[in-house]
Amino acid sequence: MMPASLMERAAPVAFTLGLGILWEAICWLFNIDPIILPAPSAIAESAVTHWKPLLRHSGATMWTTLAGFAIAVAFGVVLGMVIGWSRAIYRGLYPVMVGFNSIPKVAVVPILVIWFGIGEIPAILTAFLISFFPIVVNVATGLATTEPELEDVLRALGARKLDIILKVGIPRAQPYFFGSLKVAITLAFVGSVVSETIAANAGIGYLMSVAGTNFQMPLVFAGLIALAIEGIAMYALFAFIEMRTTRWAFRSSFAAGT
Amino acid sequence: MTLTYAGASGDGVTAVQGLDLNVERGAFAAVVGPSGCGKSTLMKLATGLVRPNEGRIAVDGALVKGPVKIAGMAFQNANLLPWRTIRDNVLLPLEIVEPHRRRFRRNKADYAARADRLLALVGLDGFAERFPWELSGGMQQRTSLCRALIHEPALLMLDEPFAALDAFTREELWCVLRDLWARIGFTVILVTHDLREAAFLADTVHVMSARPGRIVASRAIELPRPRALDICFEPEFVDIVHDLRSRISEVRQ
Ligand SMILES: Nc1ncnc2c1ncn2[C@@H]1O[C@H](COP(=O)(O)OP(=O)(O)O)[C@@H](O)[C@H]1O
Ligand SMILES: [Mg+2]
Repeated sequence: MMPASLMERAAPVAFTLGLGILWEAICWLFNIDPIILPAPSAIAESAVTHWKPLLRHSGATMWTTLAGFAIAVAFGVVLGMVIGWSRAIYRGLYPVMVGFNSIPKVAVVPILVIWFGIGEIPAILTAFLISFFPIVVNVATGLATTEPELEDVLRALGARKLDIILKVGIPRAQPYFFGSLKVAITLAFVGSVVSETIAANAGIGYLMSVAGTNFQMPLVFAGLIALAIEGIAMYALFAFIEMRTTRWAFRSSFAAGT
Repeated sequence: MTLTYAGASGDGVTAVQGLDLNVERGAFAAVVGPSGCGKSTLMKLATGLVRPNEGRIAVDGALVKGPVKIAGMAFQNANLLPWRTIRDNVLLPLEIVEPHRRRFRRNKADYAARADRLLALVGLDGFAERFPWELSGGMQQRTSLCRALIHEPALLMLDEPFAALDAFTREELWCVLRDLWARIGFTVILVTHDLREAAFLADTVHVMSARPGRIVASRAIELPRPRALDICFEPEFVDIVHDLRSRISEVRQ
């Protein structure tokens, strides 16, 4: 018997491998046309042959994603603080924000292309537009939900609104903020790939759409897998940062709902 | 004084009406009354956190026009900041109240020593570096008391601070508060619905009527000090609690 913890650790690897083997077996047993569904071995072969463009385009996607994400963080923190600061602004902006957030961002890409041309700028902007919302909501929530009694304690000491924001609001909003980053980075990634697929000349999304028109299905799938790897890596990075920066929140089961 | 909360639906709630209360400097006043009668509202009025619609409030001879800036407060929930150690939680008021605020960075070590002394006084020796989640509810409430007292306020406002604790811890904390008050000599207004707590700690117990709240009776507690917990079983003490109890049941009708 393996100890439970070792089994738990091995489980993700085992499942991933198992899925690959099952996939390979299905392709082989039912003799599936590689144009419909290439086998993992064919995908791996294609990835090895085309490693150079794959790497270059992965790099391009990573760049547009991170650039859009960085803008989203800056913008999201500022807007979140403004909204968390004042109930009136919160009320005023709320419908606009919800309306904006419910627009599928794919629909915005053609407009961005008309404004900025085909290239990385629409991808960066799409990544930004799709990912800032959760940051705003979380920062604002963290700031706005200070316990009223704690606020009374501080106000009876002569604390100004800014004191309360600095001493309580911002530290309190941190777990919400770092929690939202891992959601936002995933969304930013979706945004940049969608935009690259529609209108770009670099990035995995572009590579996949070109490979698709040439019927190079193994390469399309290799692109998909590159995307999955990048996505997992970025999510894991921000989940790790979240753990490290806000340990007290995990320990005190504060913000358990987020 | 009178205060009507506007209320979300437009029809306001008159929380207190014709409320008149006078507390001498250095006195220990307790306010008891049925739930919802405006006790917490009274606290907010006295500290200037809300303004009355009618009437005036004076603290230390000066009319209250905004938050008083000097009061220490503690509530039923300790409301500690989970990202700060116990010591840093206690130090929080010093980062806000003048003149400490200005000196805080420079004299951090002195202030930290002061916080540790106060923590030792309430029996939290050696817990300064811990985080709130590592402490029991009673210990958190002790910390909250320290935070309310660190800046040596002239006025301490306690809103049912012991209501969420078990009976033994509560009695321990009565003694902690009794000793702190005897030692430091601030003015206390303690809101509670525990009549024994009021009788044990206070010089005067004020009874409030049901909403809209006002003071319907004030009773001086002339038990000798220092009072030991055993006093709770003396006939004199029991009589006082009985008397308070009957007045409360009168106002609830
Ligand atoms: N912020 C508020 N807005 C509207 N009504 C309130 C508010 N705070 C308290 N009240 C009302 O005022 C009354 C007195 O409340 P409170 O002072 O909290 O009572 P107590 O502390 O004695 O239980 C209650 O009926 C309560 O519903
Ligand atoms: Mg109350």
